[in-house]
Amino acid sequence: MGNKQTIFTPEQLFYRYRDLAPQLVPLSYIDKPDVKLPYELIGSMAELKDNPFRQRIAEVFSEDGEGNMTLDDFLDMFSVLSEMAPRDLKAYYAFKIYDFNNDDYICKSDLEKTVNKLTRNELTPEEVCLVCDKVIDEADQDNDGRLSVEDFQHMIARAPDFLSTFHIRI
Amino acid sequence: MSYRCMQHIFLEMSVFVIDALNGNVMIFVKCRSSYCQQQKHNMISFIVVIEVDNEEGSAAESEDDDSKIATVYHTDNINSVRVCVRELLVLIHDINFLFLSVPPTPHHDCEDEEESENEKKITAKTRRGNARGRARKDSEEEEEMRTAGQRRQRNRRAQRKQAGNEDSDSDGESRKNKKNRANQISKQQEPSEDGEDDNKGGRKGRGKNETKQEKNPDEKGKKEKDNKKKKDKKKKVSSSSDSDSEEEPITEEELAKLKEEVEEKKKLIATLRNKPWQMKKKLDVLKEAQLFVEKFEGALGKGKGKKFYAYKVMMTKKWMKFQRDFENFKTACIPWEMKIKEIESHFGSSVASYFIFLRWMYGINMILFGLTFGLVMVPEVLMGKPYGTLPRKTVPRAEERTAMNFATLWDFSGLAQYSVLFYGYYNNQRTIGWLKFRMPLSYFLVGVGTIAYSYMVVIRTMARNANEEGGGDDTSFNFSWKMFTSWDYLIGNPETADNKFASITTSFKEAIVEEQENRKEENIHLTRFLRVLANFLALCTLAGSGYLIYFVVRRSQKFALEGLDNYGWWERNEVNMVMSLLGMFCPTLFDVISSLENYHPRIALRWQLGRIFALFLGNLYTFIIALMDEINLKLEEEKIVKYNMTIWEASLYNGTIPENATAPPIQVDPADVPRGPCWETMVGQEFVRLTISDTMTTYITIIIGDFLRAVFVRFFNYCWCWDLEYGFPSYSEFDISGNVLGLIFNQGMIWMGSFYAPGLPAINMLRLHTSMYLQCWAVMCCNVPHERVFKASRSNNFYMAMLLFILFLSTLPAVYTIVSIPPSFDCGPFSGKTRMFEVISETLENDFPSWFGKVFSYASNPGLILPFILLMVLSIYYLNATSKSYKEANLDLKKKLQSQAEENKKRNKQKAQQAREMEENSLETKPKQQGSKQDSAADQGTQKGRGDKENKKKTSHQQEGSPSQQHGPGPNAHYTSHGRGGSLAPPPHIAVTQPPVPRGYGMPGYPPRNPRFEGFPGGHPRMPRGTPNYR
Repeated sequence: MGNKQTIFTPEQLFYRYRDLAPQLVPLSYIDKPDVKLPYELIGSMAELKDNPFRQRIAEVFSEDGEGNMTLDDFLDMFSVLSEMAPRDLKAYYAFKIYDFNNDDYICKSDLEKTVNKLTRNELTPEEVCLVCDKVIDEADQDNDGRLSVEDFQHMIARAPDFLSTFHIRI
Repeated sequence: MSYRCMQHIFLEMSVFVIDALNGNVMIFVKCRSSYCQQQKHNMISFIVVIEVDNEEGSAAESEDDDSKIATVYHTDNINSVRVCVRELLVLIHDINFLFLSVPPTPHHDCEDEEESENEKKITAKTRRGNARGRARKDSEEEEEMRTAGQRRQRNRRAQRKQAGNEDSDSDGESRKNKKNRANQISKQQEPSEDGEDDNKGGRKGRGKNETKQEKNPDEKGKKEKDNKKKKDKKKKVSSSSDSDSEEEPITEEELAKLKEEVEEKKKLIATLRNKPWQMKKKLDVLKEAQLFVEKFEGALGKGKGKKFYAYKVMMTKKWMKFQRDFENFKTACIPWEMKIKEIESHFGSSVASYFIFLRWMYGINMILFGLTFGLVMVPEVLMGKPYGTLPRKTVPRAEERTAMNFATLWDFSGLAQYSVLFYGYYNNQRTIGWLKFRMPLSYFLVGVGTIAYSYMVVIRTMARNANEEGGGDDTSFNFSWKMFTSWDYLIGNPETADNKFASITTSFKEAIVEEQENRKEENIHLTRFLRVLANFLALCTLAGSGYLIYFVVRRSQKFALEGLDNYGWWERNEVNMVMSLLGMFCPTLFDVISSLENYHPRIALRWQLGRIFALFLGNLYTFIIALMDEINLKLEEEKIVKYNMTIWEASLYNGTIPENATAPPIQVDPADVPRGPCWETMVGQEFVRLTISDTMTTYITIIIGDFLRAVFVRFFNYCWCWDLEYGFPSYSEFDISGNVLGLIFNQGMIWMGSFYAPGLPAINMLRLHTSMYLQCWAVMCCNVPHERVFKASRSNNFYMAMLLFILFLSTLPAVYTIVSIPPSFDCGPFSGKTRMFEVISETLENDFPSWFGKVFSYASNPGLILPFILLMVLSIYYLNATSKSYKEANLDLKKKLQSQAEENKKRNKQKAQQAREMEENSLETKPKQQGSKQDSAADQGTQKGRGDKENKKKTSHQQEGSPSQQHGPGPNAHYTSHGRGGSLAPPPHIAVTQPPVPRGYGMPGYPPRNPRFEGFPGGHPRMPRGTPNYR
């Protein structure tokens, strides 16, 4: 962590992007080429490859929702995950990342997926169920059995280390 | 003139004054006409230049030189500038009128020549130069286009002044209102526009143009309206701004609006990052906003700070980076942090707490080691008399042959005994070396200081921990935070990722255990009975073992008196054997007993620790008894040796030079001089041996009990008849209680022994260092996590309390020996004194002036000391009482907060339910309401309609509320639903009864801005907007 550059410029990001597939990405973007990098390449980046949510991250930030990213998407992703991005923005995207089925609510199945990804399926189904119930019980403000964006933000606004963990350094 | 405008002008005045000194005054004024807006030229800027001449004169307009509106004010007094400004404002007002009619020219691509030409013109008049080049340019272009208009305008200026003044005074209030409304409207427009953007599937780029187009008509309309009102009030002839040619004043209001818009754009630029838009859209918006701001800002001369701003941003970034690096560095400096983190991630915080404790101990011992090493051992080695010069520094003749044998050294006798490691080696010379180092004093003070420092550190740590414990953390979102914020997105290394997965799993398990403990509601009577039974059993065990120890010690004392030679091996080692047998079996017994109690594992650990601690106290007791016996024996021996010494000395003198008594004493090899037993060294040796053997036992236990067992289980599992891994031997768990207690008792040994063996802290350092590595390795390699991984209490004050107790116990014998046993006569720094502490009074006599000694003797007078102690006791009592009351108050508040939070939550949930039910009701009434909505075209209509709706809402609230009164919190809940809490609870479904809003707040896909308040119709500030006003 220590030797990594922390503030990255768009140029550096561009080179990072290009390094993923030098044969696909042209050096100049003046004529706005329509280039997309497939998810396999994005997900194999050093910053993402150990992240259990890498697929979700790529899907959320990519325009087509399947993880294939243009340069703009790529910049977008790193701008949100940069240190400078404000809490609200981060929370909004975090919500999207944890909302596996894209229904704008984090429901119990989303939570179960999250837990299983976080623990690599090492908890028993009962434990997972208990955890999910507890989460809904804690964070659900309007008692509809699922977390809306507001619930999520309300909860995340007080989290002590959300800001320090939800960012990526290049 | 609206307030904002005034402000703006006065802001400019600073420029004004500065330039007045140079002789010229220039003001940039910018304004915007609705016409320009239409043409997408948001700005006309122009310059008012005021020349300050030295001649007396009245304010007069300058001759209109072709490019500027230059007004010359004659002022010789800068103070009067203020007065002029007022007139100037009027002037500006007029100028606004002037420009309305003039069609602006595009100014994007302007040639350099033109600019330079302008430059020349301007420099002739103004000294204020380059920063405003652009503004000047703009203004001049436009200037040229509208000279005709100006002429006309200027003729009317005199009349206008009056009108303008009156106007500004009279209806400032109404304007402010209007302005506010205008702002609101524009704000409303913006979100809806955004929403629409988001709505469009593509979302790319195209949004901007469309929204622009959407915006323009609206704004046009609005402005039209404003202008119309203006017109009415002023009773002046003007047409709508649609027509190009006719004049229309840009009012101050619009100026203010413009300023506001600039501010808004700026804010937009600043907060663009916060918008959850696609990058392309962001870029577009940014470009547009930047262009806008640049135009206006450039004209205003505010863009000058750009460079400085960029510099500042850069520095902030650098500073942040530095801070982070520094943090990293600091973490890297914490020893074994990574190892402990790794263990914590796999074994939970309870096991990690042992290692943290071990590290803390290591730190303490480092200080102790530094004290003894730096102030006692090193000076003695460097400046004291070398080995072999004194009898106490030489191995006696009888032991010389075996002094270097390994077995002897291992036993810390022989050469090791007569070394700097032990008390006996030190000489009683008052000062040593050229530094006149007071060795005995230093020795004494270090011994006392070690113990005092330990007390201080332990107590301070305890106090700090207690503080932390008192703070408590917010656990209302415990699981949610664990789920959503525990993964560290920074992790880019597979090993770290593995650790993180493990630690998250562990922390989940810990939390689940806590949760299950909370939920567990069992037969309270049975548990209580079992717990009492368990405690009874444990007490019995303790009492039994205590009696056994007492019995055995008594017996061994009897044996010792009768002489050990008559007895066999068992009798001689009875005490040790009993002790180790007890130490081996009792903890297991306690473990079995504690399973009866069914405590939370954390509490169970404490009980276990307490019980084993009590058992170990017996160990300590026997040890100290044995030591005291030995000391007494040595003291007896010493008396005999002393007597023999005089005989030996007499024989020495008599034998060699009987006749000459005045001759210098004959040289006898120091090795041949008879010695006293030196009980201090003996005590030191005992402690060192004990420490070493303790360390060896621990290591051997680790290697055999953990490592070999793990190897056996792992590899013999392939060819065994039952499952070794999950069956009988299995892998071992990490024994927290045993290890913690081992550490604590070991530390007690150090505290007791370090006075008589200055080398003991050094040895202990070695031990702690190696055991850190060995145990870390052993845990990771051969242990399995506990069955129920539990969370350690955040402060390990329990460990600390035990440590403090042991510290107290271990200071008792040390202090007793120092104070009441005379030091040996022929070894150690205090030899020749009757008591060790006499070194203090000796120093006071010799090294301090006499008055100091007197003061000291007065101060140590019991008449002074007793009241002082009394005072201390009283203050302690007082402080204790206050702290207790604070704690209670704290607890009370915490409880209150908690209950409030719970109540809030309950209320919210209830409200949500109500809302849902109400929604079902309102679904039926919805068509009707919508119908009425459409009917009402006028203001009043909608107002009434809304009022009706609200009434209905209220009634339905009440209807819903009444059933809820029968259960739940009762009438309170009903009341609060209308009170403050009502505005907090967003029942999003009520929005259904709203007229079809284009993508409102709280709907999915809307940028998160104000999550708490969005979507709620009642308390929303933008609700009473007058949509019909547009129509």
